[in-house]
Amino acid sequence: MSDIKNSDTVADDAKVDLEAEFNASNIQEVLDKLDRELIGLKPVKTRIREIAALLLVDRLRKKFELTSDTPTLHMCFTGNPGTGKTTVAMRMGEILKRLGYVREGHLVTVTRDDLVGQYIGHTAPKTKEVIKKAMGGVLFIDEAYYLYKPENERDYGAESIEILLQIMENNRDDLVVILAGYKDKMERFFQSNPGMRSRVAHHIDFPDYSAAELLSIAKLTLAKQNYRFSEAGEKAFADYLVLRMKLPHFANARSVRNALDRARLRQANRLFADAKKKLSKIDLITLEAEDVLASRVFTEGRTDADANGA
Amino acid sequence: MMTNPGNRVTQGQFSFLPDLTDEQISAQIKYALKNGWAVSVEYTDDPHPRNTYWEMFGNPMFDLKDPAGILLEINNCRKTFPSHYIRVTAFNSTRGVESPTMSYIVNRPKKEPGFGLVRQECDGRSIRYSVHSYATDKSEGERY
Repeated sequence: MSDIKNSDTVADDAKVDLEAEFNASNIQEVLDKLDRELIGLKPVKTRIREIAALLLVDRLRKKFELTSDTPTLHMCFTGNPGTGKTTVAMRMGEILKRLGYVREGHLVTVTRDDLVGQYIGHTAPKTKEVIKKAMGGVLFIDEAYYLYKPENERDYGAESIEILLQIMENNRDDLVVILAGYKDKMERFFQSNPGMRSRVAHHIDFPDYSAAELLSIAKLTLAKQNYRFSEAGEKAFADYLVLRMKLPHFANARSVRNALDRARLRQANRLFADAKKKLSKIDLITLEAEDVLASRVFTEGRTDADANGA
Repeated sequence: MMTNPGNRVTQGQFSFLPDLTDEQISAQIKYALKNGWAVSVEYTDDPHPRNTYWEMFGNPMFDLKDPAGILLEINNCRKTFPSHYIRVTAFNSTRGVESPTMSYIVNRPKKEPGFGLVRQECDGRSIRYSVHSYATDKSEGERY
């Protein structure tokens, strides 16, 4: 193995081509895809770009045998529900794989239930099993603040955190841990676990979407499902978003997706109810204003889900 | 004549080769994982060829993507049982196969006393032969 390593390094006065290395990694393709498919999220994209640059430069430095520690890439995503934390984590695996930081680039999503056991001696094997599954990829811990429950000092969550810390330190080459959760709760979590805070190098905050961004997300989602708004429909949906954003339990992109699902439901119903039995392709793919306007958000000022008692 | 001059136990794959390095072990595990086989770590201090079922070190590891996790477990096992035989087994769960498809030793004692031939005289003048591991003369845990 050492022979191969030596043939890869170059003399001190040689020049390495940053651009060639950049092109070879295909990273631009991933970043473009990120720009195309994720609306908004400026701070997130900037940070990903920085990480990509760091890893690329690191790779070039290795050619000069300038050794530096492998950078810690453990991350913490904070933000309100539906701001794209999981989606970005999924992309992260792919990006890190392209940059040669992780070997497989798969994403293992877990919550407290998957890590913490129910009786003494159950937690360690459970946590270790999850970690082993995530090795070579990304371990995504959703709602990570649930791991630590300060009100119960006999809670096994602390044991799980301890094992995680150890692995995050010793097996940095093998896996990347991404913690996610609401901002204030994560803040409290880190305050009570200072060791965790210092081992997480990147704290990325996911901002809420603006109404315009949400509309773009809606159009993108519809396009993926081979639907589209009519002109009036789009306008109606923009109005819907403004109203919906003021209501409680607004979950950004997730609420948009649910609203679209309901609009599709109403569209199908409308097509059924219409006397016209011969439908064109246009009929099948177009969401009209009435599909959106039928929502309870307009008529009663509350969401359909609330009205159903859910 | 000595038939096995190094006195090394030869069971499973690669046992006639020099001991595998961790890198080579990883490469073999990677192959097993690529095929979707569940890899497990087992150990014993009784290497008789008919001793098929070794002790399991932890559960078999399903749904892994990367050999690093299994190597971690192998190293744990080596730390706990430094002078036992440790092997890595890959289990193929495909219906109709359902059996180990790979098995190789990743750790062995420094000194392997080997096996003796035991002759048992029975009815008439016939003789029965069997193989006996010198190591098993001692009690469990003191063998190597």
